[in-house]
Amino acid sequence: MRRIIAGCCAAIALVLGTGATSAQDEQAQCIAEIAAKNPLAHQEWDFNSIFGTYDQAALKRGFQVYKEVCSACHSMNLLSYRHLSGIGLSEDEIKAVAASVQVTDGPNDEGEMFERPGRPSDKFHPPFPNEQAARASNNGALPPDLSLMAKAREGGPDHIVGILTGYGDPPACLKMNEGMNFNHGFDAAGFQIAMPAPLSDGAVTYADGTQATVPQMAHDVAYFLSWASEPNLDARHKIGVGTILFLIVLTACFYAVYRKVWSDVH
Amino acid sequence: MSDAPRFKNPIVRWVDHRLPIFTFMHHQQVYPTPKNLNYWWNFGSLAGIMLVVMIVTGIVLAMHYTANATMAFDSVERIMRDVNYGWLIRYIHMNGASMFFIVVYIHIFRGLYYGSYKAPRELLWLLGIVILLLMMATAFMGYVLPWGQMSFWGATVITNLFSAIPLVGQSIVTWLWGGFSVDNPTLNRFFSLHYLLPFVIFAVVFLHLWALHHHKSNNPLGIDIKGPQDTIPFHPYYTVKDNFGIGVFFIVFAALVFFAPNFFGEADNNIPANPLQTPPHIVPEWYFLPYYAILRATPDNFIGGWLTSWLGFIAVPAKLAGVILMFGSLLVLALQPWFDRSPVRSARFRPVYKWFFWIILLDAVVLGYCGAKPPEGAYVVIARLAAAWYFFHFVILMPLLSVFERPDPLPHSISEPVLKGSGFALAPAKPMEKA
Repeated sequence: MRRIIAGCCAAIALVLGTGATSAQDEQAQCIAEIAAKNPLAHQEWDFNSIFGTYDQAALKRGFQVYKEVCSACHSMNLLSYRHLSGIGLSEDEIKAVAASVQVTDGPNDEGEMFERPGRPSDKFHPPFPNEQAARASNNGALPPDLSLMAKAREGGPDHIVGILTGYGDPPACLKMNEGMNFNHGFDAAGFQIAMPAPLSDGAVTYADGTQATVPQMAHDVAYFLSWASEPNLDARHKIGVGTILFLIVLTACFYAVYRKVWSDVH
Repeated sequence: MSDAPRFKNPIVRWVDHRLPIFTFMHHQQVYPTPKNLNYWWNFGSLAGIMLVVMIVTGIVLAMHYTANATMAFDSVERIMRDVNYGWLIRYIHMNGASMFFIVVYIHIFRGLYYGSYKAPRELLWLLGIVILLLMMATAFMGYVLPWGQMSFWGATVITNLFSAIPLVGQSIVTWLWGGFSVDNPTLNRFFSLHYLLPFVIFAVVFLHLWALHHHKSNNPLGIDIKGPQDTIPFHPYYTVKDNFGIGVFFIVFAALVFFAPNFFGEADNNIPANPLQTPPHIVPEWYFLPYYAILRATPDNFIGGWLTSWLGFIAVPAKLAGVILMFGSLLVLALQPWFDRSPVRSARFRPVYKWFFWIILLDAVVLGYCGAKPPEGAYVVIARLAAAWYFFHFVILMPLLSVFERPDPLPHSISEPVLKGSGFALAPAKPMEKA
């Protein structure tokens, strides 16, 4: 929405055409054109409907994309492995996922820190020990934590899909900064993003046989990140329907009592 | 009815003789209330319910929350993920704040429409404004507690307003912060005050009700109670009506909590506070937007230019002018009982005021809309006009109206139009007649 407004305002400025000559104005015009040409595409997210719940097959595919691709750079610090029961993994599967990483624990009785395989109660193992290490490995850019990504940006999962499918060649008018990539889904910093295109067709092999195209993987990982940011949505919708039905009955009773009590007033 | 009742239960009688709490409760029940109150009178009890909901959910949240700059954000997320039904309690509290303000704003505009602020209810009105101020302080500090980006930068912007005070402003801001920027000490004191103020509100609500019960409720006709034929006991008549209102209100509230809990939320507040990175667009919660628009509407040296021409030496910077106008907007609202001199309370019998009421309501909505938009282009102009109208309405128009408006004739008593069915008052009440 913000992007559309920004695009419209810039387009109006363009029409008014006050003879923009400086390089800065040209860049602003160029960015406005990109924004106007690439409005955020809205998908139907089935979990958002009143009776909506997460599709666990999509969640598992999305988790696979996160684990095999995103987690190389992006942490998910708010999640523990045990939370993965929410995407339908069994206890043994969760133990296996957790055990695939080495966690520093301690100190032990000798006062030494030691490495051990992860447990379900451990937090997701971060790819970098600290922000400085993350920046040092990523050309100075910090890959943001993804735990709340689906709620922390305007557009939510649509925004995530927009970025993951938004890579391409920059238009001629856009002056790219050193080491940056053009992405028409990334409106925050003039459509230039430090992250190189993370997905390519067949980047993962889905166990359920789904074709791993870029749009499919983008959809699945956005789906998984929506769950990660709002893991209690299924319960919320279920309790919500019951609560509202109860309240409607209760309110109807209140109304009947009200009419009965007031019948002698006028 | 108002004499001390005789209680059958000997224990009740024993206690009541020493501490007349049962007599007090009895008087609350038989408290005579105008028989013609419409549904707009439900919002007082709804506000009371919301205060209780907020205090109860807030106390539970405080059991799990950690007021520390390095842990606050994660502790809130722990409530959302790991505390049993923590997500439910937090979403009720979060959206409850919005519902509380919706209810209170409707309650205030009802008071404006039916002239509930006029004699002898001026103190009742002033206590209401005090409650509003306390609510605003409480809500603002509560919004800071999750320590997201909008929490942090909202706190920075709002506390910085006090720096506009001449001479001592900067010292006051440092004192409020407990340091030289919004940081851990700020978070700690905000948590402490956020826990305290609701109980202060509770006390002022008690005074508000005391003042209300002393002169009884106003009513849609805005005329005084003439005798017992004009009233019905609060219980059971208005308790059952309030119950119905609460039921309808809770359906709306539940729809928000369960199906759109982040509707009023800002995406930026899901990013942990970062003092080194200012969000591009800092907006307060929706219920502060009209004041925010007024705050930003002042041009440079607006009052300054005006004052200097009179006094020659006082220059008021735009920021200070904005702050003065923002707090002034509540002050002129508080002073309505004295600005509005019309002896007629209800807008039903004030043919001109009736129109200006809807205009000032629209004006408040326009101000809120402008407050949500960046302060540039047409929004600034609209916000300035709307802010000017706001003050014009309350300070100039209302006193003038009370002189020049010719009110319609008032009915003789509350029960007269209700009983005889003479047109206006009966029409909205008609569906209730058949049981």
